[in-house]
Amino acid sequence: MLRKLLIGTALATSFAFSAHAADVKEVQMLHWWTSGGEAAALNVLKQDLAKEGYAWKDVPVAGGGGDAAMTALKAMVAAGNYPTASQMLGYTVLDYAAAGVMGDLTETAKKEGWDKSVPAALQKFSVYDGKWVAAPVNVHSVNWLWINKAVMEKIGGTEPKTFDDFVALLDKAKAAGVIPLALGGQNWQEATMFDSVVLSTGGPEFYKKAMNDLDEESLKSDTMKKSFDNLAKLVKYVDPNFSGRDWNLATAMVIKGDALVQVMGDWAKGEFHAANKTPGTDFLCYRFPGTDGSVIYNSDMFGMFNVPEDRKAAQVALATATLSKSFQSAFNVVKGSVPARTDVPDTDFDACGKKGIADLKKANEGGTLFGSLAQGYGAPPAVANAYKDVVSKFVHGQIKTSDEAVTELVKAIDDAK
Amino acid sequence: MSTVAETRIKLTPEHDARPGASVRSRLQDLLPKIVLAPSFAATIVFVYGFILWTIYLSFTNSKTFPSYAVTGARAYQRLWRWTFESDPPSSWYTSITNMGIFGFLYILICLALGLFLAILLDQKIRGEGMLRPIYLYPMALSFIVTGVAWKWFLDPGLGLEQTLHQWGWTSFHFDWIKNKDFVIYTVVIAGVWQASGFVMAMFLAGLRGIDGEIMKAAQIDGASTFQLYRRIVIPLLRPVFLSAFIVLAHLAIKSYDLVVALTSGGPGGSAWLPSNFMYEFTFKRNEMAVGSASAVIMLMTITAIIVPYLYSELREKSR
Repeated sequence: MLRKLLIGTALATSFAFSAHAADVKEVQMLHWWTSGGEAAALNVLKQDLAKEGYAWKDVPVAGGGGDAAMTALKAMVAAGNYPTASQMLGYTVLDYAAAGVMGDLTETAKKEGWDKSVPAALQKFSVYDGKWVAAPVNVHSVNWLWINKAVMEKIGGTEPKTFDDFVALLDKAKAAGVIPLALGGQNWQEATMFDSVVLSTGGPEFYKKAMNDLDEESLKSDTMKKSFDNLAKLVKYVDPNFSGRDWNLATAMVIKGDALVQVMGDWAKGEFHAANKTPGTDFLCYRFPGTDGSVIYNSDMFGMFNVPEDRKAAQVALATATLSKSFQSAFNVVKGSVPARTDVPDTDFDACGKKGIADLKKANEGGTLFGSLAQGYGAPPAVANAYKDVVSKFVHGQIKTSDEAVTELVKAIDDAK
Repeated sequence: MSTVAETRIKLTPEHDARPGASVRSRLQDLLPKIVLAPSFAATIVFVYGFILWTIYLSFTNSKTFPSYAVTGARAYQRLWRWTFESDPPSSWYTSITNMGIFGFLYILICLALGLFLAILLDQKIRGEGMLRPIYLYPMALSFIVTGVAWKWFLDPGLGLEQTLHQWGWTSFHFDWIKNKDFVIYTVVIAGVWQASGFVMAMFLAGLRGIDGEIMKAAQIDGASTFQLYRRIVIPLLRPVFLSAFIVLAHLAIKSYDLVVALTSGGPGGSAWLPSNFMYEFTFKRNEMAVGSASAVIMLMTITAIIVPYLYSELREKSR
């Protein structure tokens, strides 16, 4: 009986397998850039590769979004079926590199001079054990304010230079009857804003110690408590309906003039562009008050997998095209981020983009370019998510005081390490 | 496999009459097994095999990828510690208390509402054929659709509250979906809306199966309608209660998509259920061991509910 079952099973499953011949002139790419602006930006890369004779093949991801893509990638890698490259974030690249499944682009990197042009902070994630394993596509920075200019003029506000200025500005907006602060009450948005608050409250040295080195003394210091108090001040200026709102809906509130300002990464600029708004005339981009001169970054990377020899040429072509100056400029103009190499001319960028490029250069040289903890560039995902939990619970009232928040933060990070 | 044996007994005499029949009859004998084999193998590997694998992983220190060195029960120790962290609530504490609230209310309200609707529909009313599918159809929707629809409906800025404000009832206030203490009840509301029609259908089938003679006899004895249902109908529906309970219990424990679609986790993660916890830790936080441990605990919870039920059912049959 059992033998018959086994025979039947073998018969049935043998049909499921069929030979699969890999095309060497093809780039298999796993990514979740499917929305309008992002897809258009990626098209530039597709065309660049097509010129060199490489076909582009998207690896389908059911459900869309980064989480679903990462789950799909895990399954592909576990099955030994590597894509040519995958969009990846921060520590994910290092995790996969530690598992020994990433390729080696060091030769290409030498030839193209990536060592000199890509900021050292980014190389922490794209170079593993002395080998280039990923090609950074862009640098996003999260310590930005996005302000509706018409509302700003209506309330007679000026650029806030300090945290107290910022609170005064929010007060003005409140008095004028607009929602002062557009925030989406999801944990990553709250934590992204808190990144900026910590940098503003404690300064660059403190941010690095607490949010990148996870130094316990700094995490439970009074400065950290003050940061939580400052966050509590800001949360008073959101509308009651903020909980659970998506980030782009919060941006839309600023675009429409329902709200004055949003604290968000520079991907918000894509939303303004999609609504045909120009920086300087329709909206303003300022650094989060008290953080000028520093950049909290996160970066999209194309992780390069250890593919068979016959697919390596396509991989090198993809990596070279990704970090070419022309693509870096074209892509980032559309995406809202700034190029991942500091030697790309800023001629095609708008005012905010130009400022972003200059800031990145300055921060890179001055050593004030820091990974965003909320975006997974400060610590591994387990720690980053524990941090987001604490910030979100503080915002929504499960954690009631800044004392408690600091204790919880230390405990949660310890637990997740 | 009893069906296969019966088929053979029926077929054998016919086939033995002709030459070469033994090959054909053996093939015919084998056919159901060949057809069943793929699904049998799939179940063995993908259900039971992976259950064992998950249990194994929960005792390792697997992070992003599975690691196979057994390192002890640290994952369970962490979950155990989190079980008692109520202020501020740990994610695991929130998940299991939510499971308790959601599971209890969801099952109770679905049963009560389902029975009530079934009794109303059973009064030989006109248009029953049209009313029945109206109540039943929500079950045909996926949890994602239910979640998104209710999310819009319950959102104070878009749905019910906004509409009533526009109609002039400006003091109306209903923001449960944005409130950390009440968001789990909105999950109950949406879940009940979806499943109570299905429970109603089960009860309706049960009601139709009750012998009319018993009812008539009770009426002749002077039982009031209330007494009739209280003393006769509901006790007779006991098997339906049990089936409905089992269906609802497993729906409740595996609820995941409803929470995601309706609340995206709720303010500060206050709407999480254990399944959300499991996905979050396994795939987002790269703590596969903790995720696996929480999955094992969920499995044990289901087992604790299903096994006594199966036991009592089987014992009753053998009696």
